[in-house]
Amino acid sequence: MRRIFLIVIIAISGLYPVHSQDPDEILKRIEQNMSSDNRIFESSMTIHGSRASRTITSRSYAVGDKQSFTEYLSPAREQGTKMLKLENQLWIYSPSTDRIIQIAGHMLRQSVMGSDLSYEDMMEDRKITEIYSAIVTGDEIIDNRKTWILELTAKVSDVAYHKRKMWVDAERYVPVREELYAKSGQLLKRTTLSEAENINGRWFPMKVVYKDMLKQGDGTEFRMTSIKFDQKIPDHIFTKASLKQ
Amino acid sequence: MRGNLPAGRGEMILSEAFSKKLGVDPGDEVTLISSTMDGSMAFYNFIVSGTVLFGLEVLDRGTVIADIDDIRTALNMENAAGEIAGFFKNGFYDDNKALVMAAGFASSFNNENDDYSPVMKSLSNQGSLGLYVNMVELWTIMISMIFIIAMSLVLWNAGLLGGLRRYGEVGLRLAMGEEKGHVFRTMIYEAVMIGIAGSIAGTIIGLFFAWLIQKYGINVSGMMEGSAVMIPSHIRARIQPVDFYIGFIPGLISTVIGTMLAGIGIYKRQTAKLFKELEA
Repeated sequence: MRRIFLIVIIAISGLYPVHSQDPDEILKRIEQNMSSDNRIFESSMTIHGSRASRTITSRSYAVGDKQSFTEYLSPAREQGTKMLKLENQLWIYSPSTDRIIQIAGHMLRQSVMGSDLSYEDMMEDRKITEIYSAIVTGDEIIDNRKTWILELTAKVSDVAYHKRKMWVDAERYVPVREELYAKSGQLLKRTTLSEAENINGRWFPMKVVYKDMLKQGDGTEFRMTSIKFDQKIPDHIFTKASLKQ
Repeated sequence: MRGNLPAGRGEMILSEAFSKKLGVDPGDEVTLISSTMDGSMAFYNFIVSGTVLFGLEVLDRGTVIADIDDIRTALNMENAAGEIAGFFKNGFYDDNKALVMAAGFASSFNNENDDYSPVMKSLSNQGSLGLYVNMVELWTIMISMIFIIAMSLVLWNAGLLGGLRRYGEVGLRLAMGEEKGHVFRTMIYEAVMIGIAGSIAGTIIGLFFAWLIQKYGINVSGMMEGSAVMIPSHIRARIQPVDFYIGFIPGLISTVIGTMLAGIGIYKRQTAKLFKELEA
């Protein structure tokens, strides 16, 4: 009798898999991969609009998630445009007008260079564990790799996306897909991360495709052309004076 | 108001109120911050060449006028336009014509899958402006109907009372041997003459006031404060062919019908009782 009971328990367990993975542990491992004390990277951003595609290249310096400085290198129209983010403030320098403009309020909802990313997306610098509570809802095989499916629900009210669904590589702890939802449940953005490389012991996706579901076009492809972690970045880079240099 | 019109590229004029709000004067440099056709932020410097008072709340609030080539460069939209305003040749808006034209255009050019496909919209299809157009049309019909019905009732009543007041006169004429039909017909002829004369006089007076409103308009700028719709500060009347004969409906027809109804009583009068009535 006891044996039959055991078989039944095992059978039920098989039908309804229990996800013993700790979601907070998964998020912590993701942050270990994706966050760093500082980094310098060059990237190309290809915006696939409904009529044509444009590629914008840039060089960025970042210290943690609070400070970043980006200089756009091409095309000619954007060349020399610089962006500085310090804590929750964002400035943009336009070389053609020689003006530094602070991006605030409703301007934060504007698209970055016409891409599927908004300035608001760039401004989020809190740790994901601080603003979302997560649960593991299942697993899925994506590109022959096992992934955990995490559902994140906002714990605070001042977030751009109330709910997120994240597919995380179960071995590398790198997100491979993410869906961002409004409070109403509408899907706002979809992100696909791929070409993960092991750099200095951490797995990092070199290609990210952002798709604003409310916009036409085929999304924005963000590709890292080079990335260096734990570099020495001079403090003067993260000052407003560096924007005009 | 101040300065000059733009003499070349890189110059713009601002509305006077907007320039005061920004604290800039002719000769100062201003930066336009907008978004390009692709959706990225756009920055472009201009020199303020002058300021102007448009006299329209919406325009005075924040209008800038610059060389179209400058704007195209600033917004990265060479040989492109965001909006093109179309006007009917006679200068008056006809919603039915506009709707037909917009439907024809949509069948040829509209593509839901292309952000850049051109869209033609009639005024009535443009959000709150559409509501305004519908309201104006409804008000026009309602005001005309109320006026025509009210005036018809008044004049009908006038004709009716006119006929009844002449009770004694009709009785006397019948007593003197005049035929009932003749009395009735002469009263109708009178009503027609009075109706025509009254309608002509009324139409002339009405057209005079309509002409005054057409030429000088009524200043409604006070009602337009805070409005987001570009509407002239003066509303004006428009004299149309229909205005030359619409007044004859209450003026002539109602008077005649009133008199005809009153005249029915003539046929009910009995000759035998006439002298008794006249004695009374």
